[in-house]
Amino acid sequence: MRNKIPRVPVREQDPKERVKNFSEVCFGYNEEEAMLEASRCLGCKNPACVKDCPVNIQIPQFIYQVELGNFEEAARILFTDSSLPAVCGRVCPQESQCEGKCILGVKGEPVAIGKLERFVADWSREKGIKFTDRKPLNGKSVAVIGSGPAGIACATDLAKMGYDVTIFEALHEPGGVLQYGIPEFRLPKEDVVKAEIDNVRSLGVKIETNVVVGRTVTIDSLMDDEGFSAIFIGSGAGLPKFMGIPGENLNAVVSANEFLTRSNLMRAYDPEYETPIYVGKRVAVVGGGNVAMDAARTAQRLGAQVTVVYRRTEKELPARVEEVHHAKEEGIVFRMLTNPVEVLGDEKGWVRGLTCIKMELGEPDASGRRSPVPIPDSNFDIETDVVIMSLGTSPNPLIATTTPGLQTNRWDCLVADESGATTRPGVFAGGDVVTGAATVILAMGAGRKAAEAIDIYLQSK
Amino acid sequence: MYKIVRKKFLTPLIALMDVDAPRMARSAKPGQFLIVRVHDKGERIPLTVCDFDSEKGTVTIVTQVVGASSRRICNMDEGDSFVDFAGPLGQPSEFIHMSREELSAKRFIFIAGGLGTAPVYPQVKFLHSMGAKVDVIIGAKSKDMVIFEQEMRSICDNLYICTDDGSYGKKGLVTEMLKELLDRGERYDQAVAIGPMIMMKFVTLTAKPYNLPLIVSLNTLMVDGTGMCGACRVSVGSKTKFACVDGPEFDAYLVDFEEAMRRQGMYKNIEQQADHKCKIGIERQQ
Ligand SMILES: Cc1cc2nc3c(=O)[nH]c(=O)nc-3n(C[C@H](O)[C@H](O)[C@H](O)COP(=O)(O)OP(=O)(O)OC[C@H]3O[C@@H](n4cnc5c(N)ncnc54)[C@H](O)[C@@H]3O)c2cc1C
Ligand SMILES: Cc1cc2nc3c(=O)[nH]c(=O)nc-3n(C[C@H](O)[C@H](O)[C@H](O)COP(=O)(O)OP(=O)(O)OC[C@H]3O[C@@H](n4cnc5c(N)ncnc54)[C@H](O)[C@@H]3O)c2cc1C
Ligand code: SF4
Ligand code: SF4
Ligand code: FES
Repeated sequence: MRNKIPRVPVREQDPKERVKNFSEVCFGYNEEEAMLEASRCLGCKNPACVKDCPVNIQIPQFIYQVELGNFEEAARILFTDSSLPAVCGRVCPQESQCEGKCILGVKGEPVAIGKLERFVADWSREKGIKFTDRKPLNGKSVAVIGSGPAGIACATDLAKMGYDVTIFEALHEPGGVLQYGIPEFRLPKEDVVKAEIDNVRSLGVKIETNVVVGRTVTIDSLMDDEGFSAIFIGSGAGLPKFMGIPGENLNAVVSANEFLTRSNLMRAYDPEYETPIYVGKRVAVVGGGNVAMDAARTAQRLGAQVTVVYRRTEKELPARVEEVHHAKEEGIVFRMLTNPVEVLGDEKGWVRGLTCIKMELGEPDASGRRSPVPIPDSNFDIETDVVIMSLGTSPNPLIATTTPGLQTNRWDCLVADESGATTRPGVFAGGDVVTGAATVILAMGAGRKAAEAIDIYLQSK
Repeated sequence: MYKIVRKKFLTPLIALMDVDAPRMARSAKPGQFLIVRVHDKGERIPLTVCDFDSEKGTVTIVTQVVGASSRRICNMDEGDSFVDFAGPLGQPSEFIHMSREELSAKRFIFIAGGLGTAPVYPQVKFLHSMGAKVDVIIGAKSKDMVIFEQEMRSICDNLYICTDDGSYGKKGLVTEMLKELLDRGERYDQAVAIGPMIMMKFVTLTAKPYNLPLIVSLNTLMVDGTGMCGACRVSVGSKTKFACVDGPEFDAYLVDFEEAMRRQGMYKNIEQQADHKCKIGIERQQ
């Protein structure tokens, strides 16, 4: 091995302090720490890490430049393959992607690829460096629907190739889940999300907010009346699911999406903003994904005592390991093998508790996952003032139902092939709207693939 | 930015505005709504599309002061701009899918409570243009709260006005007026009631014994207005619906009004903390 130093730890806000604020939990590396950590990378000839990065970042190459202290060059390498490195360095589930395959991980700890990526992206932003190389306009225009990671990645690549790109976004701020879902303390909005989206704008991409495709305009009107030659749909999977149990419409039962949208997009935690949010004293969060962790940690910061209720065991928690670890440090209580069967209300129709049933893990099903089964007569009540449902999301049917010829599957996802081509010629799609709720970097990978396919399609026309 | 090109007060607390929004003006239909934000720290406020002019590219909104955000809207002037103006949202009224032949054979009655007169207006206008027969009941607290009287008069067959204090039209509630019409043998194919939740509930109870088909437009709480949050959920026929995408109009007889009214008040105490300063640790007052 090149050197035997252990993985350089990253500095974080003290859990006791950070539960009282919305500032970022992780401080990231400074220059010395980054160079030291970079020196651990073996610069593999055939790097395993790259294969598991959905956008194939040239990992050993950029890390080598960090080791040498050539941060600008490192940034140039990063921005070739990713338009949102400061975002991905923060929120990618690295343990199951790039870092999960790093050769150093076999015997010890993998290189901190994500933290290095974040360092380089932050450094170049702070220095005001932008990479705006693009081909001259080729006279063709493409519309991108949705400004989440899929749309941003697709728009970036198309702009670089010379297309005139306009992104249409339904909400008032671009960014998709990065803006309305993932909290400030994990992903700062002003410094990181806005800044990376401004980079995309400086490539010449136009972003029009407040345009709800399917209502304000349609795919057909964009193609027929507004002259777009191709369309990319990256509208995500934003529709919240509920359990369908009694009491779910009581006051103070909210979806994680509503709770997080109020806090993130609408900045309810900030007294300067006018958005109301209701947190009560005790909050129960139902679910175990990243979304549940974000809702739980947000509620804790707004002053509540938070319990996460999850029907499997800790091992099956779908959330990133780092998030669960942080949530625990912050004092959030986990009740595993527990499933709600009814929300209890008081005489005024407000939540007062949650009746749950104990679960056990049964035999593995076809997918190999052991599914939870209720233990008869094991009902018990949890007292709580607020219930946040975090049971997953599905794509909004609005675009599919207003676009003739666009097929969906039984989960309301758009049907698209490997390259992103939908059942409608000239219309491509990618990200959560095709796969169902997944990850930022998978959405970006799909956006990039579709950009390539759109280029081939338009060249052949 | 979306510029206000015309503004006038209809009453001291209700303002009408034409707003420059060409894309929306082209696609808006009766029954739909939109979402505005006044400034970059403001709430997303749902308002009904009260009229639209695709040639001028403007959309008309009518806002009544009930709290901080609606007051801000009403305080804006011609030449000012909204930072956000998104829509049209929701399903258009069902009758827009009917043909002229079908509609001209039908008779409608609209029951408008207070500000509800504004969203009723584009629907009546549309039906009138399609040759349908339309009667309208407008109810208000007093004479100076009656809006859209002249506009409505020119597009409906019979206009009935009632006020709580009897200062104009008939003294009494819209439900009494409706009952009187039905009792004296007036027959309608479809009724539509728009106004405060409590009024829509009582219109529903009044119309039920007459088997009068009735549609109501639910003004639930909303955040995004696109189906993403579920703040707007209502029970309709014991199924949960999202008012912003499945509605806002529903079959009145299937709506759980008690639940809808309770849910609408969810942030009442927080909103009433005049300028909503600190939201951390706010307690629920009952
Ligand atoms: C709370 C939360 C935490 C998460 N944490 C992580 C994490 O830590 N790591 C990770 O990798 N992934 C995480 N994810 C998942 C990840 O954010 C998503 O997989 C990713 O954002 C999907 O990208 P997308 O571009 O497909 O869609 P989105 O990010 O959902 O963006 C879609 C955009 O399209 C817009 N839109 C929708 N319909 C229309 C329309 N009709 N017209 C115009 N615009 C429209 C939406 O408003 C939205 O802005 C998290 C998700 C959530 C909700
Ligand atoms: C589909 C739809 C269409 C609407 N159309 C119009 C319209 O054309 N003109 C208009 O003036 N208003 C309309 N409303 C209501 C309007 O959105 C609310 O009055 C506004 O959001 C109140 O905001 P505020 O900050 O001024 O008051 P807040 O301070 O938020 O609330 C003041 C009081 O009003 C109640 N309230 C809050 N939100 C609503 C609501 N959505 N509906 C009814 N009461 C509410 C609160 O419980 C509180 O008691 C519509 C609402 C919906 C959902
Ligand atoms: S984008 Fe994500 S998966 Fe790819 S190298 Fe960076 S952190 Fe790893
Ligand atoms: S696998 Fe690990 S050591 Fe090898 S190049 Fe990738 S990061 Fe470096
Ligand atoms: S307002 Fe958010 S889903 Fe209807």
